[in-house]
Amino acid sequence: MKKTSLLLIFLSAFILSFAQSEDASAKRKTVPDVNIKDIYGNVFSTTKIENDGKPIIIDFWATWCKPCVRELSAISDVYDDWVKETGVKLYAVSVDDARSMSQVKPFVDGKGWNYTILIDQNSDLKRAMGVGPIPQTFILNGKGQIVWTHTTYAEGNENEIIEVLRKLAKGEEIK
Amino acid sequence: MKKVILLCIGIVFIGMLPGRLQAQDFLKNAQITGSFQADAALYQTDAAMGITSQSLNGQPIRMNGFTEFNYEYKNITAGMRFEAYLPPLLGYDPNYQGAGVPYWYAKYKNDLLEVTAGNFYEQFGQGMTFRTYQDWTLGYDNSMRGLRVKFMPSKGITITGVWGFQRIFWIPYQNNNRGIVKGIDADFNLNDIFNALANAKFKITLGGSYVSDYQAGKTMTYPIGDKIYSLTLPENVACYGGRLNLNYAGVNFYTEYAHKINDPSQMNLYIYKPGDAILLDLSYSKKNLGVEIKSKWIDNFSYKSNRSYTINGLDINYLPAINKEHTYALSSMYPYATQTTGEVGLAAGILYSIPKNTKLGGKTGLSIAVDFSQVNSIRETPINDTTPVGQTGTLGYNTKFYSVGNQVYWQETQVEISKKFGKQVKGIFDYLYQTYNKAVVQGHPDDPIIYSQIGIADLTYNVNKKLSLRWEVQGLWTMQDNRNWAAGLMEVTISPKWFFSLQDQWNYGNSDASKQLHYYNVAAGFVYNTTRIQIAYGRQREGIVCVGGVCRFVPQSSGFTLTLTSSF
Repeated sequence: MKKTSLLLIFLSAFILSFAQSEDASAKRKTVPDVNIKDIYGNVFSTTKIENDGKPIIIDFWATWCKPCVRELSAISDVYDDWVKETGVKLYAVSVDDARSMSQVKPFVDGKGWNYTILIDQNSDLKRAMGVGPIPQTFILNGKGQIVWTHTTYAEGNENEIIEVLRKLAKGEEIK
Repeated sequence: MKKVILLCIGIVFIGMLPGRLQAQDFLKNAQITGSFQADAALYQTDAAMGITSQSLNGQPIRMNGFTEFNYEYKNITAGMRFEAYLPPLLGYDPNYQGAGVPYWYAKYKNDLLEVTAGNFYEQFGQGMTFRTYQDWTLGYDNSMRGLRVKFMPSKGITITGVWGFQRIFWIPYQNNNRGIVKGIDADFNLNDIFNALANAKFKITLGGSYVSDYQAGKTMTYPIGDKIYSLTLPENVACYGGRLNLNYAGVNFYTEYAHKINDPSQMNLYIYKPGDAILLDLSYSKKNLGVEIKSKWIDNFSYKSNRSYTINGLDINYLPAINKEHTYALSSMYPYATQTTGEVGLAAGILYSIPKNTKLGGKTGLSIAVDFSQVNSIRETPINDTTPVGQTGTLGYNTKFYSVGNQVYWQETQVEISKKFGKQVKGIFDYLYQTYNKAVVQGHPDDPIIYSQIGIADLTYNVNKKLSLRWEVQGLWTMQDNRNWAAGLMEVTISPKWFFSLQDQWNYGNSDASKQLHYYNVAAGFVYNTTRIQIAYGRQREGIVCVGGVCRFVPQSSGFTLTLTSSF
């Protein structure tokens, strides 16, 4: 009984992913519609993530996650230049829960970051976007389609992000 | 189980339909997201650590894994998670042994309504009355299975109703082995509701919730020592609370209060006292400066959907620890966990970034954080002259609102400086002083209070755009427990794909010379987009992993581990 059901799950997953890959080139993923919170604790619908047709970065992070903070600090050093060059807007989605959620705003301001902060305190968006360990970074093109994603942070990863943004700003396709 | 199978058959059937049919739309315009993780270990015996094949139960190869899928089509989302623990890794509850689908759901959402059937994660306010969540590294999942309805009648108002029972390992819901949990929550954003406030600088949100847990059984007998108590039980345990958030420019104030009716349980040794909990949080921030002060007071506030449970599981509410969460090896050696039966805590922190090109900040700027936290017992006095504090079957004890007891459970002072040295080198330097009441937090009554000093230096050197090196040097000094530790780490990363690390934790100060062990670890990892593979070999010291308010004991081990994560 159990074995059959497991088999069925894998089979259905396989068929689904196959069906997906077939038209992946025609249609890219977008951000799922989930209600999370803004920095003041108000309901924020992810359909409102937008940037006037310019590229968007969505970065999942938490105040206690050292690599996340390293990544956002590294980007912060060059963020003004990135905005000037590509018009990018970065949404930093904190998955801090009730324990550290109240630290998010003082932390972001204290670090002097200029990002738009969203709070996903029960990981609803994180689950909906299939995010595992953080940090995970997504780049969206002007149409709101996810064109690039990467998990973990290694020093220098920001160089890859700006390359993708530059291509998007020039109107190039990302493979 | 049957439902899942039907669901799968349905999906497979749709997937196999010829492309011309309407069902194609389901695939073409749908999107699938998901994630995958496998943690496998090959444990070894280790004479120095006292690990024998017996202590491994003859099962040196173990694996935890899951796959989660979400399928989204227009207003409908459906998903499931498959989990397998064959057998569970050391440190995870052996009850997890097995495989199956503990989580599946279907959700419909429009602007007015959101309905979820199946499993769901939800929290009211900051979770003081209700929170279900899942944490893979902790092996914790208290998801609800049932129905959730969210109603958003107009801008600024959200009403949420939940009804179901909670997950615990693989144990099926039967024979009154846990309660039925029902709850309702209302959340109001006054600036959105009243036009007059729409553009006000002053922002107000408030909310309230009511939760009830029904566990059948009006009476029970409870033996302690040679005495047997006959107890009358409340079948419905209600818990309710309110919250308020005020914001003006950079100042934010948040408070949440909750009350629970009498809830005799194994956690409070079957006393009839009602419970109270309150949280106060004030913060101020502006560019480059963040300040926060918060306090909480908890009295008899463990709330589980099975009153006989004391293990991690079936928690209806969430009471996170007030202190900061640490991730360095030695600063997280003694992690504090909330004492849900009673505690009072205070935490304050300041973070200041001194801008670039100033006298103090130098050319690259400097960031400094100072944090303090302390948690004490609450003051408990006897209810009368003849009844000892905490006596089963009575009101237990008296306490005044926000009373502070003499016993220190936890205290910490931390100073952290982050500094860049030129373009290529940056460092993080930490000093911590911790006081840890191991007897209370870990429930070992004879252990002394541990006073420790911890120093950490974390240096990163970016050799070029791709290659970077990172070192950690850490020390922990204490006269108690296992005494002094030293730790070191060396990491090489080649962006964006490779990393290698070598680390050691050395208990050089252990008063028992045979326990002055090295806990070494070598790891290598590869990352490709969203897929990460890591292989490690080494020793794992005994310890406690805490995330939020929940902690998990990790026994010592030795051997190979493989971690694979991916998302799509």
